[in-house]
Amino acid sequence: MEIKIALAGNPNSGKTTLFNQLTGSRQRVGNWPGVTVEKKEGTLKGENQCTIQDLPGIYSLSPYSLEEVVSRNYLVNEKPDAILNIVDGTNIERNLYLTTQLLELGIPTVVCVNMMDLVKRNGDQIDIDKLSEKLDCPVVSISALKGQGTKEAALKAIKTAQAHQVPRMDKVYAKNVEAALEQIEAILSSSVDNGMLRWYSIKVFERDERIHEILKLKENEKKEIETIIQKVENEMDDDSESIITSQRYDHIGQIVQYAVKKKSEKHALSVSDKIDKIVTNRILALPIFIAIMYVVYTIAMGSTSISIGTMGTDWANDVLFGEIVPNFFDGILTSLHVNDVLYGLIMDGILGGVGAVLGFVPQILVLFILLSVMEDIGYMSRVAFIMDRIFRRFGLSGKSFIPMLVATGCGVPGIMASRTIEQDRDRKMTIMTTGFIPCGAKMPIIGLFAGAVFGGSSLVATSAFVIGIAAVILSGIMLKKFKAFAGEPAPFVMELPSYHLPSLGNVVRATWERGWSFIKRAGSIILLSSIVLWFLQGFGFTDGQFGMVADNNTSLLANIGNALAWIFAPLGWIGDMAWKATVATFTGLIAKEEVVNTFGVLYNFAEVSEEGNEIWTLIARDFTPIAAYSFMIFNLLCAPCFAAMGAIKREMNNPKWTLAAIGYMCVFAYVSSLIVYQLGGLILGEVTFSIWTIVALALLAGILYLLFRPGYKPKTEAIDIQKISIAK
Amino acid sequence: MKTLNECKPSQTVIVKKITGTGAVKRRIMDMGITKGVELHIRKVAPLGDPIELNVRGYELTVRKQDAQMIEVE
Ligand SMILES: Nc1nc2c(ncn2[C@@H]2O[C@H](COP(=O)(O)OP(=O)(O)O)[C@@H](O)[C@H]2O)c(=O)[nH]1
Ligand SMILES: [Mg+2]
Repeated sequence: MEIKIALAGNPNSGKTTLFNQLTGSRQRVGNWPGVTVEKKEGTLKGENQCTIQDLPGIYSLSPYSLEEVVSRNYLVNEKPDAILNIVDGTNIERNLYLTTQLLELGIPTVVCVNMMDLVKRNGDQIDIDKLSEKLDCPVVSISALKGQGTKEAALKAIKTAQAHQVPRMDKVYAKNVEAALEQIEAILSSSVDNGMLRWYSIKVFERDERIHEILKLKENEKKEIETIIQKVENEMDDDSESIITSQRYDHIGQIVQYAVKKKSEKHALSVSDKIDKIVTNRILALPIFIAIMYVVYTIAMGSTSISIGTMGTDWANDVLFGEIVPNFFDGILTSLHVNDVLYGLIMDGILGGVGAVLGFVPQILVLFILLSVMEDIGYMSRVAFIMDRIFRRFGLSGKSFIPMLVATGCGVPGIMASRTIEQDRDRKMTIMTTGFIPCGAKMPIIGLFAGAVFGGSSLVATSAFVIGIAAVILSGIMLKKFKAFAGEPAPFVMELPSYHLPSLGNVVRATWERGWSFIKRAGSIILLSSIVLWFLQGFGFTDGQFGMVADNNTSLLANIGNALAWIFAPLGWIGDMAWKATVATFTGLIAKEEVVNTFGVLYNFAEVSEEGNEIWTLIARDFTPIAAYSFMIFNLLCAPCFAAMGAIKREMNNPKWTLAAIGYMCVFAYVSSLIVYQLGGLILGEVTFSIWTIVALALLAGILYLLFRPGYKPKTEAIDIQKISIAK
Repeated sequence: MKTLNECKPSQTVIVKKITGTGAVKRRIMDMGITKGVELHIRKVAPLGDPIELNVRGYELTVRKQDAQMIEVE
């Protein structure tokens, strides 16, 4: 018989560590359908018939956060054979809060108290038997990090599942509440199966909207239930949801008093607290934070002798994909005497495109190692604590700082780093805006125009960063006012977990997972798009004859560029350069550094340096300063490269949101460039007053409106709506 | 009645009441801030917000704006 065990627990309780212990390398990582929440499944080591489903880390089964709803739906609808509930022994009171909710689901459950090594070291005592007696389910103690008791815990869960040993915790709440629950149970008994009765009646008592939607009770039943609830509410002078929450904690308080002996007095400083006293100290916190970020940046993306990431990527680009791999394939293809088309497809189309992206892998891996370590230690939450004040104004989370910083190197790991952000809204907003930050590949574009048109002024590069950051801030302020982002109000109530030594296994696995996901998802998009662009660039009509073209100016891509150039006319891409700029923008989608190469090719230079010094005079001839600046802004802000789009797709895990993100970036880039060109040009006397001036002014007014309008106000009174619909 | 955002670091207070409704209130209570529980204010973030509390033996951070909903004494 196949057995399915769900692993549930609070964030930072050691769930990932236990999951890795139990399943080893036999894991499948994905997302829960349609949402940004990660989903992991694995097979228990040595038991092929037993799958373990890792649920998102949650504090409660309330209906308000995405993670909670995902977990809840899974537990209620899929009905795993057993729940393995992992509980942090050093923080048992709050952890048992989730446990008491899980125990109401009518599913066989084993509670495993983790971090026993730390509990022992602190001199505390947890009486497993007494806990088991009070919770009415098997309880085991483990230390996931050391691998102690983990296998036994899983075997216990299998046994409990096979015996179908369902916990029955009653007499948790006050007498009148228990009486009310019993009355509700009687009403629901016809529509709900027996095992889930208590769970449903508690949820109905809490006026849980989602449960009401499922149950579809009759009007008279709803009325009857409402009377029961209101009676208790009047007696206790509180709303029903709060009554349940409070009494749950009261009950846990009693259990803990009975089963746990704490050695240290309250508020005594643990080692972790002492570290935190320095690390998040009012004066030292920011300098320490900056120093850590500096080190991370230097190791992964800097250009010093300790910058392993950069060295790896340089090697991959110049040696691996610059010589070894091309030479290897060149040898094979030449010896096979393949025709020119196939040779070009493989060497330029596939290897060129895919190599450009895979070259980033070393840097990405180094970044992910450092990020995983920061996460595992517990520093990531401190980053949110320190930076929250600044970022929440733009609808972002304090943790959004990390993706943005990483994105100055490469947008792809930046977007992927958004995964550590707790709130769905903040996560989506971060994914949407991270691409605005000028990444390393956009530097050549800046270099090209700074050199060709602006006399090499370093102000151009500085202004590019200012524009990128401004784009993030303005987008944050505008977007957070839309209904889709305003959503339900979710307070920022975050745990600051104790510092832990990082576990090598966790770090290696997390790094590998993210790196592999990058290679897979980005790789497949890149492969396809490189082939398409290679084809468009290399083929065309010469003298009415279709075939490979030697001169890029006659390629299909040039035709497309010519046909579409009018779109960019309002941005000042006019005259001789219009179609070249359009084509360069398209090839920039493969990788942004392609923009400079493309200009080189289109101006008939076989090869140009990174910043295109060879074509500076030609660029200066064709681009006025304001047109050059407009082109630069558009290319910095518009849709990122295909690899980054792949990352957006992966993290959003929803086609609509993916398109919304990419579409938003393009529109934002277009509008910004248009305003800069038309109004800037007018001021400089380069552009005359026209209909487009009015359009630019209108767009500017529109942006100001979006920035300063009051915005969508979410209804905080979720419970009152319920009341109304029941009262009707 | 005082609210939590008015408290100073290293004070210890008892929760009297949680105002507000719906998701926000539920989330605060889910994290263990319920009537009668003891809160110890550890510190304020370097930029003045949020604040860090010790509740039920662990460290929690709340924004001052949300702390307004927690009445203490
Ligand atoms: N000392 C100790 N640390 C542990 C134990 N289990 C997990 N940890 C550490 O606790 C931290 C959080 O663990 P993790 O598995 O990431 O928790 P998750 O958030 O629930 O997935 C990590 O730094 C782990 O190394 C344990 O049994 N003992
Ligand atoms: Mg985890």
